[in-house]
Amino acid sequence: MKVGVVTFPGSLDDVDAQRAIRIGGNEAVALWHGDADLKGVDAIVLPGGFSYGDYLRCGAISRFAPVMGEVVAAAERGMPVLGICNGFQILCESHLLPGALIRNDHRKFVCRDQLLRIENNRTPWTSAYTQGQEIRIVLKNGEGGFVADADALARLEGEGQVVARYLEVNPNGSLNDIAGVTNARGNVVGLMPHPEHAVEALTGSGVDGLGFFTSLVEGAFA
Amino acid sequence: MPKPEILDPQGKAVQGALPRLGFSGVTDVRQGKRFEIQFEGEVTDAVLAEVEKMAETLLSNPVIENYIVSVEQ
Repeated sequence: MKVGVVTFPGSLDDVDAQRAIRIGGNEAVALWHGDADLKGVDAIVLPGGFSYGDYLRCGAISRFAPVMGEVVAAAERGMPVLGICNGFQILCESHLLPGALIRNDHRKFVCRDQLLRIENNRTPWTSAYTQGQEIRIVLKNGEGGFVADADALARLEGEGQVVARYLEVNPNGSLNDIAGVTNARGNVVGLMPHPEHAVEALTGSGVDGLGFFTSLVEGAFA
Repeated sequence: MPKPEILDPQGKAVQGALPRLGFSGVTDVRQGKRFEIQFEGEVTDAVLAEVEKMAETLLSNPVIENYIVSVEQ
């Protein structure tokens, strides 16, 4: 599959995401924030970083980039979209995902190898994992506290839209230890930790993140 | 402003600093943002409606923040 990776001004992990996509067996296509053009891709990754310097709110300005109009329309048609870290923040600001991400409750940037449990393996990004599988991948954020009002939170839990949950410690004050969520349709996933940094033994903490990038292929041939 | 039910870590940090400086009696601090937007001419209802729209779409995130629009001449 052709998987587009959007580069915004201030994206950091776009090249790592492209590399993870290739290692996962897909073709990576570079997309540019200023072009309202998805170049015929089958899926999209919004990578981590500090787009627009996190000015105003994380992801608030990126949401209105020319490419995002196309991303939102494609997501609403059912195209798989994965937002990692800053990409998750952009998806929340775009209202493609419920909730929002606020400053860590302890007010410090956190960077650690984080244990997660995959709570929903029915999305196109998590189907390579088993339900309840525990994985360890890097987490690095300053504003990763997931919040939503009580109704939205109850809906996320009730409908199985929590994709991943923090284990051992809650690193940023996220409600219900939520590390990642999906939309009602299940095609849009936001994740605060970084699977793209854990796809090969040489450079990562392990290869536990690879499933996010092989799931698409497995889904295509399932 | 962050909604009352949303944790405000920055406000909490400020609240924690005040007693260290000898300011007592503070029970809560919330930190928000203020935007000063200038227009030429009179601020009509149409202009105000535009500003409301700005506040709702870009300046605030209605999921976690409330806003108030006020006019100063």
